[in-house]
Amino acid sequence: MQSITRYLRSLMLLELFRGMAVTWRFGVAPKATLNYPEEKTPKSPRYRGLHALRRYPNGEERCIACKLCEAVCPALAITIESHNREDNTRRTTRYDIDLFKCIYCGFCEESCPVDSIVLTDIGEYHMENKSEKVVDKQQLLAIGDRFEESIAANRAQDARYR
Amino acid sequence: MMDQLLTLLWTMAKILMIILPVTIGVAYYTYFERKVLGYMHARRGPNRIGPLGLLQPFADVFKMLFKELIVPTNASKFLFLLAPLLSLGPALAAWAVVPFDDWLVLADIDAGLLMILALTSMGVYGILLGGWASNSKYALLGGLRAAAQTVSYEIAMGFALVGVIVLAGTLNLTAIVEAQSGNIFTWYWLPLLPLFVIYFVSGVAETNRAPFDVAEGESEIVAGFHVEYSGAGFAVFFLAEYANMILISALASLLFMGGWLSPFAGIPVLGDTILGEGGVHWFLLKTVVFCFLFLWFRATFPRYRYDQIMRLGWKVFIPITIVWIMVAGVFRVMGWFGG
Amino acid sequence: MPIIEIVFYLFSTVLVLSALSVITVGNPIHAVLFLILSFFSAACIWILLQAEFLAITLVLVYVGAVMVLFLFVVMMLDVNVTSVKEGFARYLPAGVLVALAMAVQLFLVIWTRGMETVPLPAAEEEGYSHTSMIGELLYTEYLYAFEIAAVLLLVAIIAAISLTHRRRPETKYQDPSRQVRVKRDERLRVIKMKSEGEDA
Repeated sequence: MQSITRYLRSLMLLELFRGMAVTWRFGVAPKATLNYPEEKTPKSPRYRGLHALRRYPNGEERCIACKLCEAVCPALAITIESHNREDNTRRTTRYDIDLFKCIYCGFCEESCPVDSIVLTDIGEYHMENKSEKVVDKQQLLAIGDRFEESIAANRAQDARYR
Repeated sequence: MMDQLLTLLWTMAKILMIILPVTIGVAYYTYFERKVLGYMHARRGPNRIGPLGLLQPFADVFKMLFKELIVPTNASKFLFLLAPLLSLGPALAAWAVVPFDDWLVLADIDAGLLMILALTSMGVYGILLGGWASNSKYALLGGLRAAAQTVSYEIAMGFALVGVIVLAGTLNLTAIVEAQSGNIFTWYWLPLLPLFVIYFVSGVAETNRAPFDVAEGESEIVAGFHVEYSGAGFAVFFLAEYANMILISALASLLFMGGWLSPFAGIPVLGDTILGEGGVHWFLLKTVVFCFLFLWFRATFPRYRYDQIMRLGWKVFIPITIVWIMVAGVFRVMGWFGG
Repeated sequence: MPIIEIVFYLFSTVLVLSALSVITVGNPIHAVLFLILSFFSAACIWILLQAEFLAITLVLVYVGAVMVLFLFVVMMLDVNVTSVKEGFARYLPAGVLVALAMAVQLFLVIWTRGMETVPLPAAEEEGYSHTSMIGELLYTEYLYAFEIAAVLLLVAIIAAISLTHRRRPETKYQDPSRQVRVKRDERLRVIKMKSEGEDA
């Protein structure tokens, strides 16, 4: 008797219909996918993207060539050379970051005593030649100048936790 | 001579009028498949090319056509190039006898149903030869699997159709649809429900679609019979597979779901409105529903193991069909349905 | 020349050439393919004779099923052509004899019937169905022959299965219906126990 009911039950394909109900449910459910270039996921102010060198409001560059970032960098992506400027302050002559070596850990930013090197929230950048992977001081300063507003805003938002 | 030539040209034009919509249907079926699968995977599917991604099929076609057609070393070149065409030819030729409406059919021949069975059974040669001519063991295994599977399921499919023939008393597709006239409850899906299910499942197996796609079986034999095909050759195999799927769907709607007949005809309130009229739109609608079922199956079921496919075909489907043919015979003799 | 004759000569040429190729080509796969081609062109000629039911059945049964299995088997076999050709000289006399006998038979049939041309069957009136005519003939006039043939086939099927079927007790296989029937309670037991560090 039991085997007959089991047989009839299997002929009704109940399990198959239950499986199809599952896929149907997912088919009509709202989709989590974002249409990327038009829609973007919200970004944390702590997002670690492209690097930048900041300046003081009076236009003086912050970096004092203490080389703490160079020392702390686990990927050895930072190269710094320094000299003494005419006003006898120490400044960098060279500040190169190899973007291919960098692992975006953010240690440089944490080690910096003057908040000079920062990781901005820019995640979308590209280069067309291999040589462009090394960004030098001028480029880093330019990035910092251009995005100073958002960099400062992000730092201010996060200041409470630092 | 002149009028014969004209007949020939007119026939060519009619053939073109069927092949073009089928090809465009195939193109959009691939788009539909990617969309449906995407939605069932909680994704969005293609939506970049054109509005809603509607131009995606054309982008795919052009990509395929511009790719290099690689013929493997030591492959049997002639057969290798012939195989895709062999699988495409029957898939398109079978459309000649498919009636879209009671007046809209290219060749209204007496043995239309047999003709379709004969042509679809020839489609396996393309797969078998493609597998053999590629000179690759994966392709050969895929071809062999496809051959064994198609031959096994053809029997179940043929028997399922015998039930329809018994009730309708004819092999002519137009007449079969007309024998179902009435409303949704006089169509053959109701008296022949087991045969209907078996027909459609066998159809899925015949076209080597998931969950019966062991001929491709990418987890074991890479891509099966078309592993060595690239560019246009692959595109033609693709076209044939999807044309066959649409054909199976069209047949399911013709034989079991009343083709172009309206489901509301003869029902008091609804049947008096415009919904009660039969027409091509009903046929297309039913076909699309069956096409959707193919995709739904693919999104839902994991692939069958090879020996279980054989077991299902021979030990489950064929006995059930034989029993139900007898039941259909009883229906016929008692005059309960049609006849 | 009417188109129907062009079509006829086209298909008969293909038929004869492919039939010849079946016995001359070296590769067994190619031979099978040529056999399929000749079946197909024969079916086309039958359609010209308005025997569409027979033609379609030929394609369905022979091309669609039998030859697929042939091809299937031939692909699996590793036919060594040289060893097949070895006995050519030895079997030549017998072969020639058989061929001669068949040729004489063919000649006799043609000679007694004459080579008169048979016209195409006239077009049938509206509503004439070839298929139902064959059905009527099979199930009335030739009923006994038909049934006997069916019984013979059934016997052949059973014989073939019983000859080749062998029970192999050592093979392991699953029974899907039992696999499906399994419930969690039969396989899984949840027990309560103390974790090992607890007593110490």
